[in-house]
Amino acid sequence: MTEASRANLEAGCVLDFHANPSAAARRQAAWRDVREAAGLWRLGWTLAWLDIRLRYRGSMLGPLWLTLSTGIMVAAMGGLYSVLWHLPPRDYVPYLALSLVLWNYLAVLVTDSCAGYTQAEGMIRTVRMPYSLYAGRIVLRNLMVLGHNIIIVALVDLLLWSWPGPAGLLALPAMLLWLADSLAVAVLLGAVCARFRDIPPIATSVLQMAFMVSAVIFRPQTLGDRQWLLAFNPFFSVLEVLRGPLLGEVPGVGIYASAMLFSAVLCGMAWLLFVRARGRIAFWL
Amino acid sequence: MTAPLAFVELAHVDIDFPLYHGNARSLKKMVVSSVRMSADARHRVVVEALRDVSFRLTSGDRLGLVGRNGAGKTTLLRALAGIYEPVSGRLRVQGSINALLDPNLGMNIDLTGRENIMLRGHYHRLNRAAIARLADEVADFAELGDFLDLPVRIYSSGMLIRLGFGLATAIRPQVLLMDEWILAGDAAFMAKAQARLEDLVRGAEILVLSTHMPEVIRNWCSRVIWLDQGRIRADGGPDAVLDAYLERPTV
Repeated sequence: MTEASRANLEAGCVLDFHANPSAAARRQAAWRDVREAAGLWRLGWTLAWLDIRLRYRGSMLGPLWLTLSTGIMVAAMGGLYSVLWHLPPRDYVPYLALSLVLWNYLAVLVTDSCAGYTQAEGMIRTVRMPYSLYAGRIVLRNLMVLGHNIIIVALVDLLLWSWPGPAGLLALPAMLLWLADSLAVAVLLGAVCARFRDIPPIATSVLQMAFMVSAVIFRPQTLGDRQWLLAFNPFFSVLEVLRGPLLGEVPGVGIYASAMLFSAVLCGMAWLLFVRARGRIAFWL
Repeated sequence: MTAPLAFVELAHVDIDFPLYHGNARSLKKMVVSSVRMSADARHRVVVEALRDVSFRLTSGDRLGLVGRNGAGKTTLLRALAGIYEPVSGRLRVQGSINALLDPNLGMNIDLTGRENIMLRGHYHRLNRAAIARLADEVADFAELGDFLDLPVRIYSSGMLIRLGFGLATAIRPQVLLMDEWILAGDAAFMAKAQARLEDLVRGAEILVLSTHMPEVIRNWCSRVIWLDQGRIRADGGPDAVLDAYLERPTV
């Protein structure tokens, strides 16, 4: 076990806790937590992958069940609503497929984040691990699920030949924004829900409401001249900066401004809370 | 490349557990008088787990912790492991830490033995080859055989404790923190575990061991701290402190 011991030595961690630390010391500790989590990315990746494997252990299709159920959902809803709203399926089904897949990611991410630290109680109490690693694990796990579901979007694009075109490149910066927001959501909700156990049900109902009003299954154009209202809905603008380009549309400046502003507020809040609450999470469980 | 010498230093460390969940007030009525509770500045009910704990350990020190159940031994070990951050005072630890606090040590019982070993390997930042060696070595020690690739949930309790023990003792730290579970086990297993544990203890620069067994402390420790209601009641050589501790009036 010489190698193990050497690796362990090199990791050589020094704990230094002050009570009532200064704001700067807290920031340093939070920053160190993030750096340590980044150094343990392989652990985060393995944890996320095992989470998924565990969920589908013993099933024949495994994670492809996700793909299948999303596919059935898209086919059923796409068929129904394009008739209900008199929309050409060639136009509506790719929109619906993408919206549902992205929304599904967002919704599960929020629910998972709420349970983030409370579920990991056993681990938090027995081994010292950077708290941001738990957030990273949740985001990675949901990205893996997204990776399975995105197959449906590609399949729809292939069947209806509705590829996004050059505007699709704008999705790349939007993905970075989503990544940052996802980590912020996982950290923020994880910590808040560990302390206040009433938040998870609230988050669930907010999500349900947001699903209805955020132009996930209906086209924003159907709102007519009241479309501008959507820019004040953070769920919509953040969704649209990624969805628009993937549909070959360029989102308006207002949508971009709104998405960036809301993301900045979200990330800022998450960081401030993490700096403040990190050392207390173990006591809240 | 040599790591700096390990040390552990606590200065006036306090740890409180706030009671947020459940009805703190009715809970307060229920708890026996031996639990130390008070209200903090913001009128929250807190359990005072550790109060004004100060000591310093340097390389070569072997510290035993004694005290009744609930005296704060496990909380102190968790604080040393960096899990609980003190609310007052200062705590510093230099050196790599391995804390054997719980037989399951965060093991996921739905995962296979091999997967749990892999997770531990990643936690200690081992590479693929080292993880494979770790798996072989631990499976060999724990006598898992084909069970290595089956979920830990179906292991016998003996296999489970052997796996937990084998895994926990496979990583050699500078600062070794042990709770007493590690010394529990059937006689046949203990004989096998003894050599491995002694090897680990010898390899560590600092040992902190919490136990109810006086003979273990006399064998292994060079210093003993007696915790009582979260405070240090006595601190000194094993014989002096143990004698006082064992003669204490039973409450």
